[in-house]
Amino acid sequence: MTDLILFGVFPYVAVALAVAVGSYRYVIDRYSWSSHSSQFLESRLLFWGSVPWHYAILLILLAHLLAVLFPSGWGVLLGRPVRLYFLEVSGLALGLCTVIAIVLLMARRLTDARLAAVTTKIDWLVLGLLLLQVATGVYIAFTLRWGGVWYVHTATPWLRSLLTFQPEVQYLAVLPTVVKVHAFNAFLLVALLPFSRLVHALSVPLGYLARPYQVVIWYRGKTSL
Amino acid sequence: MNIRAQIASVFHLDKCIGCHTCSIACKNLWTDRQGAEYMWWNNVETKPGTGYPTKWEDQEQYQGGWERDANDLQLRIGGRGGVLGKIFHNPKLPTMDDYYEPFTFKYGDLTSAPAGNDQPTARPISMVSGKPMKIEAGPNWDDDLSGSKVYAANDPGVVQLSSEEQAQMFAIEKMVMFHLPRICNHCLNAGCVAGCPSGAIYKRGEDGIVLINQDQCRGWRMCVSACPYKKTYYGWNTGKSEKCILCFPRQEAGDAPACFHSCVGRIRYLGVLLYDADRIKDVALREDHELAAAQRAIILDPHDSQVVAAARQSGVAEQVIKAAQRSPVYKFVKEWGIALPLHPEFRTLPMLFYVPPLLPVLSQPNQGTQKLAEDFFTSLEQARLPVQYLAGLFAGGNAEEVKSVYRKLIAVRLQRRQVSVGDLAETEAAKARDVAGVSAAQVEAIYRMTALTRIKERIVVPPMLREQAVEAGMDPEAYKQGMGFGSRRPPKRRW
Ligand code: HEM
Ligand code: SF4
Ligand code: SF4
Repeated sequence: MTDLILFGVFPYVAVALAVAVGSYRYVIDRYSWSSHSSQFLESRLLFWGSVPWHYAILLILLAHLLAVLFPSGWGVLLGRPVRLYFLEVSGLALGLCTVIAIVLLMARRLTDARLAAVTTKIDWLVLGLLLLQVATGVYIAFTLRWGGVWYVHTATPWLRSLLTFQPEVQYLAVLPTVVKVHAFNAFLLVALLPFSRLVHALSVPLGYLARPYQVVIWYRGKTSL
Repeated sequence: MNIRAQIASVFHLDKCIGCHTCSIACKNLWTDRQGAEYMWWNNVETKPGTGYPTKWEDQEQYQGGWERDANDLQLRIGGRGGVLGKIFHNPKLPTMDDYYEPFTFKYGDLTSAPAGNDQPTARPISMVSGKPMKIEAGPNWDDDLSGSKVYAANDPGVVQLSSEEQAQMFAIEKMVMFHLPRICNHCLNAGCVAGCPSGAIYKRGEDGIVLINQDQCRGWRMCVSACPYKKTYYGWNTGKSEKCILCFPRQEAGDAPACFHSCVGRIRYLGVLLYDADRIKDVALREDHELAAAQRAIILDPHDSQVVAAARQSGVAEQVIKAAQRSPVYKFVKEWGIALPLHPEFRTLPMLFYVPPLLPVLSQPNQGTQKLAEDFFTSLEQARLPVQYLAGLFAGGNAEEVKSVYRKLIAVRLQRRQVSVGDLAETEAAKARDVAGVSAAQVEAIYRMTALTRIKERIVVPPMLREQAVEAGMDPEAYKQGMGFGSRRPPKRRW
């Protein structure tokens, strides 16, 4: 029953919250939509925290996503021991990167008086949950080897069953608690996304690569007046 | 031809007394709130000096503006991919320490301190953290500190000079300085616009005012780096960047921008320029020493019937063309050629021009009294500031540009001296005019515009019609309550 609530119901609640509150915030209070960069107040430590954090977490998220979207391709990719080994090692390295980086980002906010002024409760909550997320991730990678392979047979079918609105929680129910924590916490972060600064991750400015440098806006283009 | 109108300005530096009234007018109106304390959309610097933020002109350090890359333009902070690659941490972002940490004092302690033998003191506290702090910098920290080894000597413009020129600026009893008021230049080829990954910064088509859409800004803080003048400021508690808005709400109501209106020295002129937008890139690609002239060349004569016809065709409103014909900026920049852009070598095509200061020559000790040098106001060679220093500021290093302006200013002074004091032969004034290439009538016009005009002649705000357009679609009651920047909520972090 608990499993059903945690892994069959809560994911929908989380995504619904993210979509509903996120849209509300985007439409009604778009002014609040920002990365809330704190580099202006502290730059040196941010470099050692933010850069490894982002590159590592984005790659890890990408791997999680690819394994859900293309499980068969993923299986083929890891079919050779060399490649499996490579993924295992690089995954672990990236994971360690994220843990160190997020600890650094938290330490940075703890020790700098200026940063304290721009750090809210929700910032701490997000940072704490992100730490929990990457820490459990690394722990799983260490203790439950070859996650690249078993993920495809557990998490992938579970997530796909969610996508087709026929949640099959038994895939997760049999897994160790730490994996359950990792999975639940992931959706907790999704639920928190629209309430926090994490919304910035939804505004990846890829359009910049294609737009002309100068932006000119004409009034007459917007109204008939 | 693609003709556009641009609201441009001229600051006459000989008239600036460095009173900072402009800065205060702007601060009171727009940036008097938490997170914006350090934002001086208008600031007045002492030159030579390091400026605000410290050494903003040093693009080796801040990587602002454009550079030529083969035959193309690229932002110095990097190409589009480079900008995005630096989004997680922007290595060239100035931090609060490059400006100053805003502070106040614990005044309450003065009255609440218990009786004792010591005077109570009000300790300085940070307006960011609220903690006691040591004040090490502030707005105008190097005000009037010419000759300072810490500030003036580190002016990026001074560092480039020859040792003789530097010695000239720092010699005892010859020390020299002037004030440089700065606002956003509302550039034609703006670096801030080009550097914004969100596309939140834009130029208004009708009047060229550069604005940051506060709803679209995502706090990627790239504009701060990309603007070589450091005229966009990151709001550390709102997560949004802000900049001078050329007081568009005031202009839309027909008023002068606050800093222009309040200027005690009446150094500020504002008016419309018509220019050919198709040629922006050509101009920005010129050699450093050609940039000031190329920028002048892109500005078109609003009295030329062909230009007027083309402007109409490009959609410039009739009233705006009329305003362009009365523009004092056109006169200063084109007709008289005595106003130059600040650091044209940054290649943003700034639309704020400066009449360089013609500082008086030295007075010399003479048997216990001070005696003015013989060639008071008249000699370029005797100029108290090295011309090369000014050329570095206003002409991409091209001293000829600055000299050409100076010759005209000298001609004005001589002719006026001849007219009003009368101790000079008319031939002297005529000679100065010939050297400068100006007519007696032009000299009178320059004198009039510099010394006598009232606000309506100095500041010619074109009718903008925009307020009608906005209000037509909005409930006037709702519109009235609106906060600035198009948002109807206080600029605070809420989520
Ligand atoms: C490609 C998309 C992303 C972009 C462009 C991006 C960009 C940024 C930027 C500019 C900052 C502000 C850094 C500063 O203080 O100057 C930031 C902070 C942050 N980002 Fe991202 N981000 C992205 C994706 C993500 C993702 C996917 C996560 C987590 C799942 C994330 C988590 C964070 C956190 C926790 C902070 C705050 C760090 C701190 O200051 O304590 N970001 N991000
Ligand atoms: S001065 Fe700076 S902020 Fe102003 S338009 Fe130019 S690049 Fe943008
Ligand atoms: S034009 Fe207005 S917003 Fe810009 S510096 Fe002057 S007072 Fe400030």
